Amino acid sequence: MAEKINNRQIFFNPFSKDNPVIVQVLGICSCLAVTAKLEPAIVMGISVIAVLAFSNVIISLIRNTIPTNIRIIVQLVVVAALVIIVNQLLLAYAYDVSKQLSVFIGLIITNCILMGRLEAFAMGNKPWPSFLDGVGNGIGYAIILIIVGFFRELLGSGTLLGFQVIPQCAYDAGYANNGLMILPPMALIVVACIIWVHRSRNKDLQEK
Amino acid sequence: MINKQSNVYTIVYITVLVIVVGAALAFTSMSLKDRQNENAQADKKSQILQSVHISTTRATVIADFEKYITKQLVVNTKGEEISGVEAFGIDVAAEAKKPADQRQLPVYVCQLPDAGTKYILPLAGMGLWGPIWGYVSFDDDGSTIYGAFFDHQGETPGLGAEITKPAFTDQFPGRQLFKNGNFYPIEVVKKGQKPLNPDVDFVDGISGGTITSKGVGSMFDNCLQPYRAWLETLAAAHVSGADGNAQPLTADDKTTFSRQLTAEDVVTAEPGEKVSAAATIAE
Repeated sequence: MAEKINNRQIFFNPFSKDNPVIVQVLGICSCLAVTAKLEPAIVMGISVIAVLAFSNVIISLIRNTIPTNIRIIVQLVVVAALVIIVNQLLLAYAYDVSKQLSVFIGLIITNCILMGRLEAFAMGNKPWPSFLDGVGNGIGYAIILIIVGFFRELLGSGTLLGFQVIPQCAYDAGYANNGLMILPPMALIVVACIIWVHRSRNKDLQEK
Repeated sequence: MINKQSNVYTIVYITVLVIVVGAALAFTSMSLKDRQNENAQADKKSQILQSVHISTTRATVIADFEKYITKQLVVNTKGEEISGVEAFGIDVAAEAKKPADQRQLPVYVCQLPDAGTKYILPLAGMGLWGPIWGYVSFDDDGSTIYGAFFDHQGETPGLGAEITKPAFTDQFPGRQLFKNGNFYPIEVVKKGQKPLNPDVDFVDGISGGTITSKGVGSMFDNCLQPYRAWLETLAAAHVSGADGNAQPLTADDKTTFSRQLTAEDVVTAEPGEKVSAAATIAE
């Protein structure tokens, strides 16, 4: 029973209280790069969930055999291999998206969340909790990406997932898309707004 | 109990790991190769069609390509057709680096229901950060541009990457390659400026994307110069078929209108020296 509650915490904590992006402030760089539109944000989120979950499980499975002096190299090899596999799958099954994400898929490997979770969690826990931790943190990251992507695409292009959402009559009445939303700085500002809202709702996160 | 901190253990461990990972990657790559190639080819076909203002989806692109692109041919710098080479398979970026007289030049002939026959030529060059490429389509007079499409690998978003946008590509339709019998591939100039030679047709470059814009200009020059002889024969056929229907050329026509191009012509010719046999077709 005690373990179950524990697992639940492992899975759900990264959604809000321990969110990798807005609390630990990791993985910000990819957050700027892929959130100008909603679709690449979703694909990036799914890719990170997959890579994070599987690399956590693999590292957790072999954690007792890894020589400590080369553990970072081993983690990197595992993550790099998974990233390449994800990239190959995208090239085969979602070519347009992979063209759009181009280098950012390869850069998943430099996403601090990955190394952070491998080093902090998978190296010391069993495979199942590690899997939950990976999926949880991946979802926590994906949620933020999707929220940011949602606002940037809606306000920057007037579309969602490529479909026109803001009606033509709004444009006729003088509404204009905000070009600044497409540019990277607005991603940071939107993330900052999310952090602001999140902190004011969770008093225990505020520093004294 | 094995000593996990020993050097032997470490070396054996990493060797085994790398072999396992390498095998897994090789397997993934091989099993997905066909699908990836199909996607890359479909993407190329959709880019070619975009240069004649046809936008397709992944599902319909292959059928559309077969419907509109009625013929693919490969020519050399003398304007002669080379047989036995498949136009679609030619690596244009590699060809663009060769001396002009050794190049194989693909041509896609496109039949549009409402606009007649168009000829699509591929382009490849360098931008600021990496390769840029494109397709440009011509009317059957061999001179008037009908449409253009550009793409890039990693130009700066908002600056160089703007070459893919309609604001840039829409400047191309209607521009002429042949003016007063001279052959001038389009120049890209700073907004508000004009080329020194008033005969040269030009488009405005992108503010802040100067090097990419210049890359587009030199891509036109480098990739279209070798087509000159072939375009001249096309123009000649257009003139001789007075009602606008291009007639097949006879051998005589070809020798009259085409001139052998050498690598030197293309590489060293100054704008003033480009006055040439092309003049014969002006009238």
